[in-house]
Amino acid sequence: MAQVTKLNVNGSSCTIDADADSSLLSVLRDQLDLTGSKYGCGEGQCGACTVLIDGSPRRSCITPVGLVGQKQITTIEGLAQGDRLHPLQEAFLKEAAMQCAYCTSGMIMTAVSLLRVNPNPSAADISHSMEGNICRCGTHPRIVAAIQRAAKTMNRSMKESGQ
Amino acid sequence: MSGKPDFQIPLEPERYELSAPPAYRFEVDRREFFKFLGAGILIVGVLKNAHALQESGAVRRTDESLPKEIGAWLHLGENSVVTVYTGKVEVGQNIRTSLSQCVAEELHVPVNRIQMVMGDTQLTPFDMGTFGSRTTPTMSPQLRKVAAAARDLLIGLAAAEWQTDRKRLVAVDGRVTDPGTKRSLEYAVLVKGQQLTQTISTEEPLIPATQWTVQGQSLPKVDGRDFVTGKHRYPSDQKLPEMLHGKILRPTSFGATLVSIDTHEAEQIPGVTVVRDGNFVGVVAPNAEIASRAVAAIRAKWKAEPQPSNKELFEYLKKNATAGKDPTGDASRYEAGSVEKAQASADHRLQQTYTVSYIAHAPLEPRAALAQWSGDNLTVWTGTQRPFGVRSELAEAFRIPEESVRVLMPDTGSGYGGKHTGEAAIEAARLARTAKRPVKLVWTREEAFTWAYFRPAGVIEVSSGLRGDGTIAAWEFHNYNSGAAGIRTYYDIANQRIEFHPSRSPLRQGSYRALAATANHFARESFMDELAHLVNMDPLEFRLKNLKNERLRAVFEAAAKKFGWGQAKAASHGFGMGGGFEKAGNIATCAEVAVDRKSGEVKVLRVLSAFECGAIVNPDNLRNQIEGSNIMGLGGALFEAIEFENGRVLNGRFSSYRVPRFSDVPTIETVLLDRKDIPSAGAGECPMVGLAPAIGNAIFDATGVRLRSLPMVPKGLKAA
Ligand code: FES
Ligand code: FES
Repeated sequence: MAQVTKLNVNGSSCTIDADADSSLLSVLRDQLDLTGSKYGCGEGQCGACTVLIDGSPRRSCITPVGLVGQKQITTIEGLAQGDRLHPLQEAFLKEAAMQCAYCTSGMIMTAVSLLRVNPNPSAADISHSMEGNICRCGTHPRIVAAIQRAAKTMNRSMKESGQ
Repeated sequence: MSGKPDFQIPLEPERYELSAPPAYRFEVDRREFFKFLGAGILIVGVLKNAHALQESGAVRRTDESLPKEIGAWLHLGENSVVTVYTGKVEVGQNIRTSLSQCVAEELHVPVNRIQMVMGDTQLTPFDMGTFGSRTTPTMSPQLRKVAAAARDLLIGLAAAEWQTDRKRLVAVDGRVTDPGTKRSLEYAVLVKGQQLTQTISTEEPLIPATQWTVQGQSLPKVDGRDFVTGKHRYPSDQKLPEMLHGKILRPTSFGATLVSIDTHEAEQIPGVTVVRDGNFVGVVAPNAEIASRAVAAIRAKWKAEPQPSNKELFEYLKKNATAGKDPTGDASRYEAGSVEKAQASADHRLQQTYTVSYIAHAPLEPRAALAQWSGDNLTVWTGTQRPFGVRSELAEAFRIPEESVRVLMPDTGSGYGGKHTGEAAIEAARLARTAKRPVKLVWTREEAFTWAYFRPAGVIEVSSGLRGDGTIAAWEFHNYNSGAAGIRTYYDIANQRIEFHPSRSPLRQGSYRALAATANHFARESFMDELAHLVNMDPLEFRLKNLKNERLRAVFEAAAKKFGWGQAKAASHGFGMGGGFEKAGNIATCAEVAVDRKSGEVKVLRVLSAFECGAIVNPDNLRNQIEGSNIMGLGGALFEAIEFENGRVLNGRFSSYRVPRFSDVPTIETVLLDRKDIPSAGAGECPMVGLAPAIGNAIFDATGVRLRSLPMVPKGLKAA
């Protein structure tokens, strides 16, 4: 079986040793100790394992590591810049958009890409884009509020830096 | 009548919280403690009464005198860090934060100086488990008392230091101050070099809710940052050097026994060890994927008895119900007045049957455990609401003393009552025993759907007789299998017969958020709606006519008012309400639904809950719990049901078992009634019970179709 030995994760090139058909999720969690991406179903249904591959949200549980190649992977661990949280991370805290928080990293990663594509989403847009992410604790309304809050912050800082 | 918590039938937890507690064994060695934590002060809180033992298992001990139990302890060290030890665990209900608030309040220290050690059987006092909404009513006051004692001890130390009357001194913001002389000393300085221990029972002066400054506030999750950055390690994220991964060979159906097995091929895979012990077959491998491959390579034959399917479930439950027992000796039966006489003279009579399906908890983090042996000592990290219960299970499974077992419970990806048992822990430990290395085992989603346990299914029969003016004269209520929680009615009815009939369950069943209260409230509150229509009364008016309990009236009225009960609505829309009393909380929920009669689509548009559970500790967290209960409750109300046939679950995946998603979620409003004069009760369960009847009644209001089975519209509303 073909082996994969390199992966670009959170801006650095990492050495791994995995069968090409291993799931990206298991490689991230077990070989790179990036356990922020979670297993919730293993069939692409819950979104707990969501990471960004070249900016697009992907279910890492059903992504064979052999298909990733040299694309850039971003996980929840790579979102903050040093001590500065990403506006979405801040917003999830501010809105208390979590209970057990097991879904949180997947929610945030999906939302990061949503805001990239649609910087001003309506509640309906958000609900549509987040449909594939399950929260069993029922924090959905807070997650919607958090994404809207982050959108505002990001737009404001875009404007400021544009001036 | 109702309103007093003593009207709850103390029967169900015995059966539905699963398994009995271990014999109590716990010793505090104070010297060890100081060695471990450094100098400072240690306050040990001793529980005074049996109540603190909580429902499970305690039932059978009520007539014996209970041993004094340690509830919690608190250490304040020279570094001014406060460490609090409690056997309670965090599964998303946010008690790590709310309990910190209690301590901060009484001890007058900032919340960020408090460290909570939770659910570690070696370090924390014994605790029955985190369920039944008991943390807020039992652990919060305990910790408040312990923290208050620490504060008083510190004031005493300062008084001795300054040789002054302790009454002159106050504790503020981590220091003891003498307002007269403006002298002040930090706690850390006061405890320097000390090794003081104090054991307290109860009756310490507490700050009344009206004077709370930290409690009563919406404090964000104390360690929230660890969750949004992915740093927090859940049970399934735990790791040890040299760790192997385990996987279990599951039987082909429930209760199957192994006839023959060939493990040869699996054993050829490099790094794989097969472990066999009776019906237990598992493998260990260097990683989870190889472990899965190895299990798939095992050829096994199983045999099992034929078993019923969900199609004949309700007849099966009724047929296998245990006959009613002697009313005097059986708490699951309640009788008042004469139902027969009242029925005979009633002006209107009605009888209906309701059913509820089995549903799965499906917490997003499946069961997981990491086990490590060192000689005959076993350490297991696992996600459970009963770390001490799991410790006993492990001790029993391996025939070792409980003292040799340590269970640690990292904050877990939720439970909802579904993680009371220790299967994953036992499996990982069994594999680790043979492998002689640490073994981690994480159940797949399918395993979690199949090999945990389910919320009980049930059949509920209700009949009633009304007088012409809408007074309920007779009430008869029989619950088959689903459980006795919330079975009693809070409406004032002179003649009642209420009975819970246990039955033989085709599936393994256990605790679930709100237990059977969801089923019993669904039947009762739907039936109340049916009765109201029978006598042409408004459902709110009808309820209030038959309800004296002030607290419950208050939430019904508050909900109706804020919701706009009785106001105009669109043609295909309907309004409904449901509510009740459970776990010392009062809930009333109103719902608005829209039904598309052509497509059969039922959309819940708006849900409003009014809730009152005494003095509110953390309002935002309370709202979060109420919203969560309502959203989780949507699934069981509308579409969640386990399908099974001959000992197999047919829909054990998220692709076939529908759970609520973003598009299902209505606008949710909450009205909180803060009763500072009433002790705080837990809120993780009660808010759930009003939702299903509110939706069902709203569907009836919109369409005239009465739905009497949970889930109500798994395939939409069929054309009627
Ligand atoms: S674990 Fe990948 S989608 Fe659920
Ligand atoms: S917060 Fe628990 S699953 Fe979303």
